[in-house]
Amino acid sequence: MKYLSEFRDPELAQKLFAEIRQIVTRPWAIMEVCGGQTHSIIRNGIDQLLPKEIELIHGPGCPVCVTPLEIIDKALAIAARPGVVFCSFGDMLRVPGSEKDLFRIKSEGGDVRVVYSPLDAVNIASENPDKEVVFFGIGFETTAPANAMAVFQAKQRGLTNFSMLVSHVLVPPAIEAIMSSPVNRVQGFLAAGHVCSVMGYWQYEPLVQKYNVPIVVTGFEPLDVLQGIRLVVAQLEKGEAKIENAYPRAVQHTGNGPAQKMIEDVFAVDDRTWRGIGMIPHSGWRLHDAYEAFDAEKKFSVTDIHTQESALCRSGEVLQGLIKPHECAAFGKECTPRKPLGATMVSSEGACAAYFNYGRFVALDEVEVQNYPG
Amino acid sequence: MTNPINIDEWTCPLPLRDHPAIVMGHGGGGKLSSELVEHLFLPAFQNDMLANLGDASVVGLNGTRLAMSTDSYVIQPLFFPGGNIGELAVHGTINDISMSGASPLYLSCGFILEEGLPLEQLGRIVDSMAAAARSAGVQLITGDTKVVDKGHGDGVYINTTGIGLIPDGVTIGPDQARPGDVVIASGTIGDHGMAVMSVREGLQFETEIVSDTAALNALVAQMINASSQIHVLRDPTRGGVASSLNEIAKASRVGIVIDENKVPVRPAVRSACEFLGMDPLFVANEGKLLAIVSEAEAEKVLAVMKANPLGVDAAVIGRVVDTHPGMLVAKTGIGGTRVVAMQIGEQLPRIC
Repeated sequence: MKYLSEFRDPELAQKLFAEIRQIVTRPWAIMEVCGGQTHSIIRNGIDQLLPKEIELIHGPGCPVCVTPLEIIDKALAIAARPGVVFCSFGDMLRVPGSEKDLFRIKSEGGDVRVVYSPLDAVNIASENPDKEVVFFGIGFETTAPANAMAVFQAKQRGLTNFSMLVSHVLVPPAIEAIMSSPVNRVQGFLAAGHVCSVMGYWQYEPLVQKYNVPIVVTGFEPLDVLQGIRLVVAQLEKGEAKIENAYPRAVQHTGNGPAQKMIEDVFAVDDRTWRGIGMIPHSGWRLHDAYEAFDAEKKFSVTDIHTQESALCRSGEVLQGLIKPHECAAFGKECTPRKPLGATMVSSEGACAAYFNYGRFVALDEVEVQNYPG
Repeated sequence: MTNPINIDEWTCPLPLRDHPAIVMGHGGGGKLSSELVEHLFLPAFQNDMLANLGDASVVGLNGTRLAMSTDSYVIQPLFFPGGNIGELAVHGTINDISMSGASPLYLSCGFILEEGLPLEQLGRIVDSMAAAARSAGVQLITGDTKVVDKGHGDGVYINTTGIGLIPDGVTIGPDQARPGDVVIASGTIGDHGMAVMSVREGLQFETEIVSDTAALNALVAQMINASSQIHVLRDPTRGGVASSLNEIAKASRVGIVIDENKVPVRPAVRSACEFLGMDPLFVANEGKLLAIVSEAEAEKVLAVMKANPLGVDAAVIGRVVDTHPGMLVAKTGIGGTRVVAMQIGEQLPRIC
């Protein structure tokens, strides 16, 4: 088992497409919550191969997209300080704050580094006792255990020069916010497989009951995504609403106990602002009081930075599936991937960026790429 | 002295002004790089030879046609699985010249050395440059050395410039692709970029990924001997296959469609890319070429390529079309399609 190619098999994919086509009888709006799933859908062209009845709404599950402007500006302010080594996952570097991005800070002399694990940042702190090392701790439940572990280890190792700028967000409150909106259009959810591998999926059961909405825990390879869609559509067509697990090879009902324990130890639930959506109660994590010394916001006194989103940008409505990206007046004009106004144009899997790339492009059905020599 | 360039007089509605200083992305081979060339270098140095924007420029001289190209190497680490900065500098410029159809003859090289660089390391680098030049049949005939203070360079930077001779009757350039042509890749893609990245980031994979650094001039000569219908050659270095094909589509005003299932990628490279959230189509190669050839001659060219050790894994990966000019489209593994747009700057590892 290589766990990759098996889940990209074109023949099995065609079978799943056929099954979906067979069971679908009317239009359904399904939201994939996770940015990783959006990426897979776009990268594999799944959205174009689905029957037209099925509309996929790209949800607010891209951590790059939903990290609030305010936090980005705080990151920029900290990264610009002399003596600071600012460590981040790669794709946060291009996210624009009010005036700059981290690339710009780097070009102006800031020590900004891409790391693959928050634990790398802890090691940098241990190797550079004369520097203040800050890790940009963002993401959903998926990245939380490693981020928590980094803070935990820093404390264990007695590192006083390590801190974290935390902007963690949680999936269930976001689903709750979307479902409780009076203008909600979403009828079924693909829950984010990797989030559930950490947290389990028991938390979604009350949501299923309260809103009578199907939720299917879904993976990321094309076959995973198609299986998730198939199960959601099947429930919708039968008028059912239950939680199903289409990603059993990674996800158990109760999730990963030790990871949850680590999170519980280091983080505490907090209200959180989502870029483009606004404040959602109890939708994020901050550092627990016991780890206050590792809180970069406090350490660098950037708590008083406040920002204003572009008035033109309608990314919040896009994230909730209320409008299509091209229905925004700024789309492709004031707002492009090159100069994004809002988060959904920033990330390559943001709904607006994806539309920008596809929108310029005519259908390719007539192009045949199979019959070549060799 | 000419006047300094006035940023406010630039004509493009989206020039570089959202970045008032150079950022790493300007060297990433994506959109920022091409904008720097288009909006700064081209207008400043304007001439017909430069405007072609091929890997090498072609200049007529007393009835012969010379190809000239230059490239600077600033790679970290200096030594990586499968090669080092020295042979990379020799191969890279040889390849750039070869992509115009020319046979490379002479190279210059400039060294910028950082104070403190161990001589033993420089020795190994220079030895491998000599060996690389020798086996490719080119000579290093002039050079320069400068030393900068410690902390002002990464050990060694190397610039190489080369010239070569284009055989009569050969017209190969990025603007020569025509609808109906076939796109051939000379082998597995992404090897160099992932080899360097795995060392740089201390990532361990089950199989070591080795750079593909190699001189392609002999392979190109064989291809040109076999067919007069090779329209475009390109070595997909920085920015990878995707950037090269985007540039060709733009320069030739055609569309290009590739079939992802047919693009050769080593399993280890594919896994490493998955792991880091990167797309092999955007990862650098240093010993691979893309050839755009008329359909009628494609099979013949492919056979010649496969007979050369540097082309054994050569494969037809796509086709030039007259729809969607300027755009690269990929047919995905499960039969969907996606637009493969130029990256803005460098490809960044994704968070999830």
